[in-house]
Amino acid sequence: MSAAAATLDPAITIDLRHELAETRVGEVLDELDHTLVGLAPVKLRIRQVAALLLVDRVRTRLGLVNSAPTLHMSFTGNPGTGKTTVALRMADILHRLGYARRGHLVSVTRDDLVGQYIGHTAPKTKEILKKAMGGVLFIDEAYYLYRPENERDYGQEAIEILLQVMETQREDLVVILAGYASRMETFFTSNPGFRSRIAHHIDFPDYQDGELFAIALRMLDAQGYRFSPAAEEVFRTYIAARRAQPHFANARSIRNALDRARLRQANRLFATPGALTVGELMTIDGPDILASRVLTDAGRLNGSQP
Amino acid sequence: MRITQGCFSFLPDLTDAQITRQMQYCIDRGWAVNVEFTDDPHPRNTYWEMWGLPMFDIRDAAAAMLELAECRKVYGDRYIRVSGFDSSPGWESVRISFLVNRPAEEPGFRLERSEGPGRNLVYTTRAYAADRPEGSRYRS
Repeated sequence: MSAAAATLDPAITIDLRHELAETRVGEVLDELDHTLVGLAPVKLRIRQVAALLLVDRVRTRLGLVNSAPTLHMSFTGNPGTGKTTVALRMADILHRLGYARRGHLVSVTRDDLVGQYIGHTAPKTKEILKKAMGGVLFIDEAYYLYRPENERDYGQEAIEILLQVMETQREDLVVILAGYASRMETFFTSNPGFRSRIAHHIDFPDYQDGELFAIALRMLDAQGYRFSPAAEEVFRTYIAARRAQPHFANARSIRNALDRARLRQANRLFATPGALTVGELMTIDGPDILASRVLTDAGRLNGSQP
Repeated sequence: MRITQGCFSFLPDLTDAQITRQMQYCIDRGWAVNVEFTDDPHPRNTYWEMWGLPMFDIRDAAAAMLELAECRKVYGDRYIRVSGFDSSPGWESVRISFLVNRPAEEPGFRLERSEGPGRNLVYTTRAYAADRPEGSRYRS
């Protein structure tokens, strides 16, 4: 027990609700709940992390803890499951709780960290780290940093610098590693230093068909479109069909499908003679989606649609 | 003799926490923080050597402090200053500049008088440290 703890009166009361309201973390958490479809386990974990940090904050103020907690995280999950979006919210939460002074997110991949010749990697990695100081560094597809098949790969150098900064500047920078679950597992096995420095492993599940449909509706709404009843029906079939095809990327596939549907809608409207109503401009109809290669036999055969 | 140059130089030396806050002030205003060093303390020496590039795209002073720590490790026996460049007028202008590191011992300046034509006297100051070649001026 520290000296401060010994002098504290255990009967002092602290109102966590008040604390929560003061940091306004609740708003971000509620927003997370409302704006993101599904992802129940992720939301639960983030609430737990936020609660822990909130309690830690109070304890720090009372002098019960004096070391900065390890906040580095790993987000694993298939493409399009919302890792980047959640990382953005995480940066906000950490900022409000006072664990990230600026609360900005710097999103990078291997290319931004690893150089092309000897002596290029260290300055490049340091540059990125400096940029991310006071915020969150999000390394997408982090396993590409480590290439076991090439022992001269410069990725190892970037890893070493990262590990060092993750340890020594915990209060300045939070690192989030993201990528596919299986490959991240291999990455952590070959770089045990990372695993021990990461406090929170959060797994992102795939979306259910119903959730994907809800996501589609939100995307359309944000862009000022809507489905006609026929299109809704067709789109549900589309989601099921698309999932069975290769390179299915959850919400990202949905966004691409909607983009193509908008394209076809525009084409259809262009071919329509006479004046258009606003309703028509806003509505995506069944044929706009039905024309997709995913739903035609040709598409099922070659199955190469992104 | 204690060199007084730039902002805050008549105050006691800034602590690291104070330097951090000054840097953050610069960053918050969109100025680029720059670390420079020299071992020629003459007040007319405006050309200090740069420690890396000015930091244009950082958000937090911790990054600049990192560079300062590196610079101190290598050139801890020289003068180091931090300056803030404001590029918003369209040209780079120094808004702030302050010393963050000084040698353990500062021998000061000698006043030199030379006789010009007639009875004219020309005065100049010369740093004692500058008698030695660059790089070995503050090594004892």
